[in-house]
Amino acid sequence: MSDAVEVKTLIIDEQEVSARRGQTILDVARENDINIPTLCHLEGLSDVGACRLCLVEIKGSNKLLPACVATVFEGMEVSTNTERLQKHRRMILEMLFAERNHICAVCVSNGHCELQTMGQEQGLTHIRLPYRNPSLNVDASHERFTVDHNRCILCTRCVRACAEIEGAHVWDVMGRGINSIVITDLHEEWGSSTCTRCGKCVQVCPTGALFDKSKVGTDHPKNPDFLPYLNLMREAQ
Amino acid sequence: MSQTITIDPVTRLEGHGKITIHLNGQGEVEDAQFHVTQVRGFEKFSEGRPFYEMPSLMARICGICPVSHLIASAKACEAIMSVRIPHTAAQLRRMLNLAQMVQSHALSFFHLSSPDLLLGMDSDPAHRHIFGVAAARPDLGLAGIGLRRFGQHIIELLGDKRIHPGWVVPGGVTEPLAPSKRDEILAMLPEAYANVQLALTAYKQIADRFQQEISVFANFPSNYLGLINDDESIEFTDGTLRLIDPKGEIIEDGITANRFTEAIGEAVEPFSYTKFVYYKPLGYPQGSYRVGPLARLNIVKSIGTPLAEKEFAEYKQLSSGPIESSFFYHHARLVEALYGIEKIEEILTDPLILDKHVRATAGVNRLEGAGQIEAPRGTLSHHYKVDENGKMTWANLVVATGHNNNAMNKGVLQAARSYVKDGKFTEGALNRVEAVIRTFDPCLSCSTHAFGQMPLVLSLVSPDGEIVDQVVR
Repeated sequence: MSDAVEVKTLIIDEQEVSARRGQTILDVARENDINIPTLCHLEGLSDVGACRLCLVEIKGSNKLLPACVATVFEGMEVSTNTERLQKHRRMILEMLFAERNHICAVCVSNGHCELQTMGQEQGLTHIRLPYRNPSLNVDASHERFTVDHNRCILCTRCVRACAEIEGAHVWDVMGRGINSIVITDLHEEWGSSTCTRCGKCVQVCPTGALFDKSKVGTDHPKNPDFLPYLNLMREAQ
Repeated sequence: MSQTITIDPVTRLEGHGKITIHLNGQGEVEDAQFHVTQVRGFEKFSEGRPFYEMPSLMARICGICPVSHLIASAKACEAIMSVRIPHTAAQLRRMLNLAQMVQSHALSFFHLSSPDLLLGMDSDPAHRHIFGVAAARPDLGLAGIGLRRFGQHIIELLGDKRIHPGWVVPGGVTEPLAPSKRDEILAMLPEAYANVQLALTAYKQIADRFQQEISVFANFPSNYLGLINDDESIEFTDGTLRLIDPKGEIIEDGITANRFTEAIGEAVEPFSYTKFVYYKPLGYPQGSYRVGPLARLNIVKSIGTPLAEKEFAEYKQLSSGPIESSFFYHHARLVEALYGIEKIEEILTDPLILDKHVRATAGVNRLEGAGQIEAPRGTLSHHYKVDENGKMTWANLVVATGHNNNAMNKGVLQAARSYVKDGKFTEGALNRVEAVIRTFDPCLSCSTHAFGQMPLVLSLVSPDGEIVDQVVR
């Protein structure tokens, strides 16, 4: 077989673009400066299509596809920002805000939160659903970090960063549906788990669910940009 | 037949309150109560949160003096961490606290009380507000707005936000002061001085007209509590508490935040959600006292800044001992505002004020910690307990309005006895009863750590509980 790259041509938002076979719609869109909102996707990690914010419309199909995992095909016509999609995205965000406890004003990630920013970008003005306000545990047993399950949106970035980048796989998900929570090891306290204390999970967490102890609000920016660089350096070795 | 008068809501206050005046069969005032009718539960819902979230969480109690809660909370957290914050951080926080005191005092004097003082207690209620003041005395209206802006803008420059700045954190502050911001604050000072001097002049010109009010506005001997420095000068952010008796003799001195609960207790009355704070060795209610500007100026021997020192000396001429009428809270407030501006200027000349080292870090080194400061309205204490992971297990806040609660109730009774005659009251009389509460400048949302709305109702209630007359606002 030939090693030549198979090129696909497609249209995204009325713009003709070309892509390599096997590329995701999201990849191609971002290469062409077309913005598709995401929360669970992070450059350097595998994709799981969990948050559904990147749903796009494909001409000829009634089904919406998550751009982070849907691959391109020849002649595909993609719309990334229709009224229908905007409505869905706002609804998804409303459900994320209502599911646990996201009171920005007193959150450690206020001003540095991807969920908060996404709400602003998508024009979310209010939440029509009743807040569930579950009383979930705050695990502060780790010497450096804290996990506040009340702020978690189950994007599983921490799980993937720990397994794929750090190679420790301390984080995973327990339970099903709305009862799911992220856990360390076999649901042990973080402080007594096999955590390597690398802090990658904290840096990739989009909200205030994972944070450095003693840091609050304005002094808690996160820097997840190191992941592609780490991957690159490892591949080079 | 006895009657009850209800004033509900009490207006021009921070928060919502209600006054009830009980009359006997002869139409004489038998009792009067000031009710705070909300409960919010901040102490309860903070349980389980990491302790270092507490400053930002507690600041949300109030939009008027979030800075007080921020600093008291941060100090309690620092007691848990067992750290001493850097000198520059302490100075910057002191400046933030003073800026808030100046803006809060400006709000109390100009926006809430000057309508009574400048337009008259009996003036038309339709115009008895800050806009009425601005129409009658545009210079004073502008001065009030200007002085408030001065304090608020300093808070914004330091903490990036006028309300609920996230800049104060356990261990210090997040950012050092930029030279450009220092220069901007320095440039605002001349106007601030002019505004507060204008207010002092105006107050002194009209104070004599209020002899009747001075005589019955919570005018009684009481104990007084407040922070004081080692040199017996006024202090808002550090220092220790001193309690004096009605003659000015020291009852107890050097009460640190750690010893606060040994000395200070909280009683509960069925008619109000705000607790009644008292000095434990004297018991309740004998151990009640007053806090805030009146109390602070009764306690201290000096102010420590030149212009305010002169005003303080003049103020002290009002009495040879402690000044007793709560009407003089207004005067004391203006002296303190002047002190605040002078002290801010002094802090800005500190050679280390631009130093970059503004934060100490530590984990949980003690399972309990307390912090105390002077909020504009009086002493504020935060007391926390945490588990070994730093999660809150218990919190107690003792706020200025709780300290003053007993005095406010006694003051309302005293004023009601003077102004309610034969079971009847005029609008002006009702306003005077409210004005007693305004002198204390209570913050009711703060005192109950409460939420919700409560309109103010003044009720006249008969001995058999029947409401004879009522004014609802």
